[in-house]
Amino acid sequence: MRQTLWTLAALISHWRRRPGNLATLVLGLAVATALWSGVQALNAQARMSYDAATAAISGGGARTLVAARGGLFDQDLFVKLRRAGVDVSPVLEGAARIGDQNIRIIGVEPVSLPRASPIAHQRKRADVLEDFFSGEGRAFAAPQTLRRLALAEGARPQTERGRQLPPLAALAEAPPGAIVVDIGVAQRLLDRPGKLSRLIIAEDAAIDAERIKHVAAGALRLVAADDESELARLTDSFHLNLTAFGFLAFLVGLFIVHAAYGLAFEQRLPTLRTLRALGVAPPNLVVAMACEIAVLTLIAGGAGVIGGYAIAQALLPDVAKSLESLYGAQISESLSLDLRWLLSGLVMAGAGAALAAASGFAKTLRLPPLSVARPIAWRAEHHRYLRRQGALAILALVAAACAYGFGDGLASGFAIIGCSLLAAALFLPVALAGALALGERLARRPLARWFFADGRQEISGLSLALMALLVALAANIGVGGMVEGFRQTFTRWLDARLVAEIYFEAATPADARDIEAWMRTQPDISAILPVWRAKTRIGAWPVEIVGMTPHETYAANFPLMEAADDVWTALYAEDAVLVSEQLARRLGVGLGAMIDIPASTQDWRARIAGIFPDYGNPKGQLRIDHEKLKRYFDDASGVHYGLRVAFDATARVIDDMQRRFDGRIARIIDQSELKRLSTDVFERTFAVTAALNMLTLIVSGVALFASLLTLSDMRQARIAPVWALGATRRELAGLEMIRVLGFAAVAAVCATPLGLFMSWCLVAIVNVAAFGWRLPFHMFPSQWLVVFLLALCAAFLAALIPVARLARAAPTDLLEVFSNER
Amino acid sequence: MLRVEGLRKSYSTPQGSVPVLRGVDFTLAAGASLALTGESGSGKSTLLHLVGALDDADSGEVVLDGVALTQMSEHARAALRREKIGIVFQQFNLIPSLTVAENLGFQARLAGRYDAAWQDELAHRLGLAALAARYPEELSGGQQQRVAIGRALAVRPKLLLADEPTGNLDEASGDNVMTLALDLVAATGCAFLMATHSERLAARLQRRVRLESGLLATQ
Repeated sequence: MRQTLWTLAALISHWRRRPGNLATLVLGLAVATALWSGVQALNAQARMSYDAATAAISGGGARTLVAARGGLFDQDLFVKLRRAGVDVSPVLEGAARIGDQNIRIIGVEPVSLPRASPIAHQRKRADVLEDFFSGEGRAFAAPQTLRRLALAEGARPQTERGRQLPPLAALAEAPPGAIVVDIGVAQRLLDRPGKLSRLIIAEDAAIDAERIKHVAAGALRLVAADDESELARLTDSFHLNLTAFGFLAFLVGLFIVHAAYGLAFEQRLPTLRTLRALGVAPPNLVVAMACEIAVLTLIAGGAGVIGGYAIAQALLPDVAKSLESLYGAQISESLSLDLRWLLSGLVMAGAGAALAAASGFAKTLRLPPLSVARPIAWRAEHHRYLRRQGALAILALVAAACAYGFGDGLASGFAIIGCSLLAAALFLPVALAGALALGERLARRPLARWFFADGRQEISGLSLALMALLVALAANIGVGGMVEGFRQTFTRWLDARLVAEIYFEAATPADARDIEAWMRTQPDISAILPVWRAKTRIGAWPVEIVGMTPHETYAANFPLMEAADDVWTALYAEDAVLVSEQLARRLGVGLGAMIDIPASTQDWRARIAGIFPDYGNPKGQLRIDHEKLKRYFDDASGVHYGLRVAFDATARVIDDMQRRFDGRIARIIDQSELKRLSTDVFERTFAVTAALNMLTLIVSGVALFASLLTLSDMRQARIAPVWALGATRRELAGLEMIRVLGFAAVAAVCATPLGLFMSWCLVAIVNVAAFGWRLPFHMFPSQWLVVFLLALCAAFLAALIPVARLARAAPTDLLEVFSNER
Repeated sequence: MLRVEGLRKSYSTPQGSVPVLRGVDFTLAAGASLALTGESGSGKSTLLHLVGALDDADSGEVVLDGVALTQMSEHARAALRREKIGIVFQQFNLIPSLTVAENLGFQARLAGRYDAAWQDELAHRLGLAALAARYPEELSGGQQQRVAIGRALAVRPKLLLADEPTGNLDEASGDNVMTLALDLVAATGCAFLMATHSERLAARLQRRVRLESGLLATQ
C-alpha cells in the first residue's frame, strides 16, 4: 500500500510539472464522454418519454387489445367484452392541432383505468374525478405541455376542426405533448364517434385469451406488456443512428486521450525505470497507474457528463421536432435523467481511459529496470511499430470484408464502416512513413534530407492525432455526401410528389362532401384529387393505404422506382397496387408479386404494379385506386384532398375556401408552403448529425494541437543540434509548419476515398437496413475541396503555437539541450 | 556482507553471444569499500547491475546479507533494492517532477524508513538544504549527483552501489562529490562498491580490483 501510494505520488507529480499535458488528457476524455453521454441523454430522454406516455395511461405493465389490422375499432367490442366479464378499459388516441402545435388527444375512462396508471391515482382525489365528469369536464395536460401551447389553466382552446376543448387543468402525471380528456369528449374532438384505439387490461387481471378471441371474432389482437411499443420500434433506427454518431465522436475523442497518455508515458519512461530501479515492483507500478487513471476518469468523466447534459439540452429541441415530424412522437423538451445515465457516462469514460492506457500498462509490466543505451534503437522500434500497424490494418480490413460478405442488417453496416475506418487509420502512419522515406531518398539538400528523416521519427508521436483527423475528415465527407445526396434526391422527389397546388383537410367527411360539391363549380380548380386514407397491418408492419384517382397528374409526375408496363391501367382497372420501397423490402416482395391486404370490409389480394420511393415515412404505404379504397375500407378518412389550380389563382382559391368554409376546413396549405415545411423537417433531422460532425472535426483538431504542443518539448532536443549546425530558427519553424501541413494534406487525401466508401455504405447498407429506402449515390468534388482546406486550416491552427514557440526560442533554451546531456 | 561467486554474463548481439563476465569472484564486508576499475566496455556496469539485482546473471551466485539473489523472485528483488541497496547512477536518474527534498526522501518513503532528521542531516552535509524546493532541471550536474547520493543513503542501505558517479562531472565537482560520499558511507557503516575508470578516485577506496577480459584482478 505504502509503495503504491508513494509511486502514485511520483506519477502524479508529472502532471504538476506539465499542466498542459494534463489539460489535454482531461479535455480529451471529457470531450469524448460529453459527446457520447450527450447522445445517450437524447436517446434516453426520448425512450423515457415513449415509456412515460404509455405508462401514464396503462401503468406500464398492462397488456392491451388493439385492432388486428391496425387503426380504430368499434366501441361495441368494448361493451361485449365487459359483458363477457373481461376487465378492460377503453382508450381513444388521435392527433390534433391547437394553434400551430401538434398535440395528442387521449380519451380515457378513468373509473376503469388500471390501478397502476398514474392517472388512475387521481381517482383518490374526488375533486379531480368530479371535474372530469361534471359540468364542462376537464382537459388535463402536463405543465410543460401548457407552457408549449402558451395556455393557462382554465383556457378552452379549439382544435383545427373547430372543436372546443373542456377547460384546461395542469396534471403532472399527464404524458408530455398530450391532453387527457374523458373518452366521450375525445370521440367528439377527434370526430371519431363510437370508435376506440385500444383496450387496456390491468397487469394483475386474469386473462382468457380464448374468450376474448371468441367475443371479438378475431377483430382484436393482444399486445403483451413487454412487447416493444410500436413507437419505440419505429424510432429504433433513428436512435441507433444517433448512437453510432455518438460512438464515432467518442472514439475520436479517445484518440486524444490515447495520444496524451501515450506521450506522457514516453516522457515518464525514465521516471518509471528509476522507480523500478529503486525497488518498485511492476504490479505495484501498474496499480499506481491504474489509480491515476481512475482519479483522472472521475474528474474528466464528471466534466464530460456535465458537458453531455449541456449538449443534449442544446440539441433536444431539434431532436424532439424531428421525432414529432417523422414519427408523431412527443418528447419532453426538458431533460430529466436518472443516476443510471450518469453512471453509464462515467463507466464509458473509465473504459475509454483504460483502453487508452492499456498499452502503457502492458509496457510497464514488461519494463526492465535498466535502459540500455542504444542511440539508433528508435529505428528498430519504428519499423516494428509500422509492421504492427500494417498487420492490424489488414486484420481490420479482413473484418470489414467478413462483415460485408456474411453480415446482414444495420449492425453489419456499422461494422463495415467501423472496421474500414480503423483499417485506414491504422494504415495512415505506414503510408506517411513510405512517403517520407521516398522523399528522403529523392532529396539532395541536407536540410531537405533531415526534413524527411526527422519526419519519420515524428510519425509515431503524431500518428494518433493524424488518425483522429483522418477519421473525422472521412466522416465529414461520408456523412456530408450522404446528407447532400439525400437533400438533392429529397427535393426532386418532393417536387414530383407534391404536384397539386393546394392541399386541404376538411373537418369532417360531411364537410368534405359539401366542399367538394362547391369546388366542382369553381373554374379556377382544374382537378379535385381526393387523397383519402385508411390503415391496416400487413405482417408486423403498420401500413397506410392512400387512394389515387385516375388523373394524368399521377401518370405524369408520381415517382416510381420500378413499374410494370401497364402500371397505370392496372392500378385502376385491375386488382393492383403501388407499394412503397420500405414496405416492399420489409415484406420481401417485388414487382409482380401478389400481396394480401387485410381490409375493413373484406380482405383483398392484389398484384404489385409499381414500387415508389417514400422518404421519411416510417410506416409502409400502399397506393390504390380511389374507388377500391372506398369499397374495401369503409372506415377510410374522407377528408384529405389535393387541388390542381392555376398557379396565379392559388392564393385566391385558398382565401375563398377559408372565407366560405371557415371552421369546416381543418387545414389548408399551398404547395410551396408544404414543401418548405417538409424541407424544414429534413433539415432539422440532419441538424443533429451536422452538429456531431462538426464537433468530431473540432475534437480531432484539438487532438492534433495537443499532440504538437506536447511533442514540442521533445522536438526541441531534436531540433537543437540542427540549429547548432547552422540552420536558423525561422527556417526550422517554417519546416515544422510545412511538415504538419503535409501530414494533414496526406490525411485529407486519404480521407477522400475513405469518405466516399463510407457514403456508399451509408446509402447502400445502413439507410436501407435502418429505414428501408435506398438513395442514389452521389459524389460532390466541391465538398472534398472544402474538407481538404478544413484539414489544412485545422493543422495550421494546431501547429501555430508550437511553431511560434520554436521560432522565438532563445538560444539559451536550445543550448540547454546540450548541457543536460553532460 | 556481499559475496560474489563464479558470476558469468554474456549479451546477445546480431554477431553472436558476447561474454562480458567470465566467472567473477569477490567479497565485500560491511563498512568496507571496493573500487571496480577497468576500461570502457569491460563490464563494470554489468557487474554492478547484477550485484544490485537489476539484471540476471547467466550463472554464478550473488549473496547479499546472507540471501542469494539468484533464487529470489522479481518481487523479492524489488524489495531488496528498495530496503537494502542504494544505487547512484552515472546519469543521476532523479525523478524530474519531484523537488530536491522529495527526491531525497523518495526511496526511504518507499521502504517505510523515512527519517526526517536523517534526511535533514544528509541535505545539510551534501549542501542541498538551500536547494530543497528546486527541481532537478534547475541544478548543475554536481548538485544533481549529490541529490542522487543523498537519496541512496537516506534509506540507510546495507550496500551502496555507485556506477561512475563522477563520470558526468568535472574533476573538482567529482572530487567534492566523492569526499561527501565517503564521509557519509563511513557515517552509515554500509558497504560501498564503486565502478570507475578513474584510477585517482579508485585509490581513495580501501581496495581496488580491475576487470579485464571478464575476470577480476586484484590491484
